[in-house]
Amino acid sequence: MVGLTVLATVVALVPLFLVLGYLLSKGASSVNWNFFTRMPTPVGQPGGGMANAIVGTFELVGVAIVIGVPVGIGAGIYIAENPARWLARAVRFAADSMMGIPSIVIGIFVYSVVVEPAGGFSTFAGAAALAIIMMPLVTRTTEEMILLVPAELREAALALGVAHWRTTLSVVAPAAASGIATGIILAVARVAGETAPLLFTAFGNRFWSTALTQPIASLTVQVYTYAISPFADWQRQAWAGALVLTAIVLALEIGIRGITRGSARVAR
Amino acid sequence: MILALLAGIGAELIVAAMPSIRHFGIGFLSSTEWDPATDEYGALPFVYGTAVSSAIALIIAVPLSLGVALCLSEMAPEWLSRKLGFLVELLAAIPSVVYGLWAIFVLGPWLRDWIEPSLSDHLGFIPLFAGPRVSVGMLTAGVVLAIMVLPYVAAVCTDVFRVVPQSQREAALALGATKWEMVRMAVLPYGTSGIIGAIVLGLGRALGETIAVAMVIGNRPVISASLFAPSSTLASVIANEFVEATTELNVAALIELGLVLLVLGLMLNMVARMLVLGATQRRFNERAT
Repeated sequence: MVGLTVLATVVALVPLFLVLGYLLSKGASSVNWNFFTRMPTPVGQPGGGMANAIVGTFELVGVAIVIGVPVGIGAGIYIAENPARWLARAVRFAADSMMGIPSIVIGIFVYSVVVEPAGGFSTFAGAAALAIIMMPLVTRTTEEMILLVPAELREAALALGVAHWRTTLSVVAPAAASGIATGIILAVARVAGETAPLLFTAFGNRFWSTALTQPIASLTVQVYTYAISPFADWQRQAWAGALVLTAIVLALEIGIRGITRGSARVAR
Repeated sequence: MILALLAGIGAELIVAAMPSIRHFGIGFLSSTEWDPATDEYGALPFVYGTAVSSAIALIIAVPLSLGVALCLSEMAPEWLSRKLGFLVELLAAIPSVVYGLWAIFVLGPWLRDWIEPSLSDHLGFIPLFAGPRVSVGMLTAGVVLAIMVLPYVAAVCTDVFRVVPQSQREAALALGATKWEMVRMAVLPYGTSGIIGAIVLGLGRALGETIAVAMVIGNRPVISASLFAPSSTLASVIANEFVEATTELNVAALIELGLVLLVLGLMLNMVARMLVLGATQRRFNERAT
């Protein structure tokens, strides 16, 4: 019996190592300086890179953070501090439900609301889609972190005559800050790997572009486009792009867990 | 600003509801035509594709997840189960486009060259395993989905098992049960609703998984009995056709597919949440008595 469960665990973990292994073996040879600094070349011409896609991913995620994180933190604080109000319960319900929406449906929504009225794909639309995905995650973690702040801290501040809102701002929020930051970074890691919502919002761009109102390439969409193409050179670059993408996402995930584990010990 | 969240979800539903429902009515859900050239649309092939690929994923992933969860919560020492749990979480962190890429070039050919021949040689009389074998198709998509769904189901199941009170386990052991019998008598029944919640959660994930599926499912809007045949799911057809949708009706039909997906996803998410919360809340009631 024990053997069966161990076997199950091994079988479950095999794909992890297979994927990482293949990423390294097929992608590592193509990840060179060219890859990071050159633009995509026409098919057949060697030497193209994914510079615009890498920058695009950073820009999309950056704008998504600017849009999504303040709303998410605000909502999370509101829910945590006013658990009895019907509005808080409604927002929590909304946030939980939003987590269950498939990401491509969010892409359709942003398409209808941002792309169609604006008349074209844009970085802003892509970032908006990513922000919508991020918001419920950030709200949830913020709420949990605020609830974890010991009541004594709040009560001490209130006993000293500090107003409620001031308590939240100056006492509770800083105490929960590291947990909230962890939540934000985990949401970023999740969103950096999203492709579907970007397919018809930010769309993709063969050329260098950083404008908010123009379509923009992203690492995920670029890998997707290259992977399903019939060109060997592009497929090779897709492996390289996937390797870089996975490296970024895993670095964020592992890094943040390592840091929080360290600081959790310190807090004790 | 907080209202933005609430309004956001309401708006999703309203905006998505506008289009082709008016044109096609209920027949949309049961028609099998999907022809952009003649503007005929029906959702059934995609609902079928979504259902079957998710079913394959769950059939593969759920037993494995239960095994993993039991191993992590019952069998392994604490330090080992933390490390293994971390690795399982990494499975969830890998972006889906990377899984798709790997599936196109590694998993698909492997299935085509190793698994599918033996399946069709031995079980070829079952229509499920008949038919020509290509590396893209329902089976490949199902396997990729299984790999992607497994960490979620396993994580929830591990939590559910960890919440089982020690008193239950000790009572079973005191009655003379072996470890497996203890698990069967004390842990599994206690966590049943939680396990079902985990399965529903995994189903919700599988439904919405777009990119990896779109890369390996072959994208033919046809219902076919064979698992080896190319197929299509709700999410994959939206991903593939949305940007090239020609007529307004085409776009509207695709958006309606998105609405179906949205409703399914929300329902499954709520059900899963209720089940899992119920399972983990019971601990508090037990402690009180």
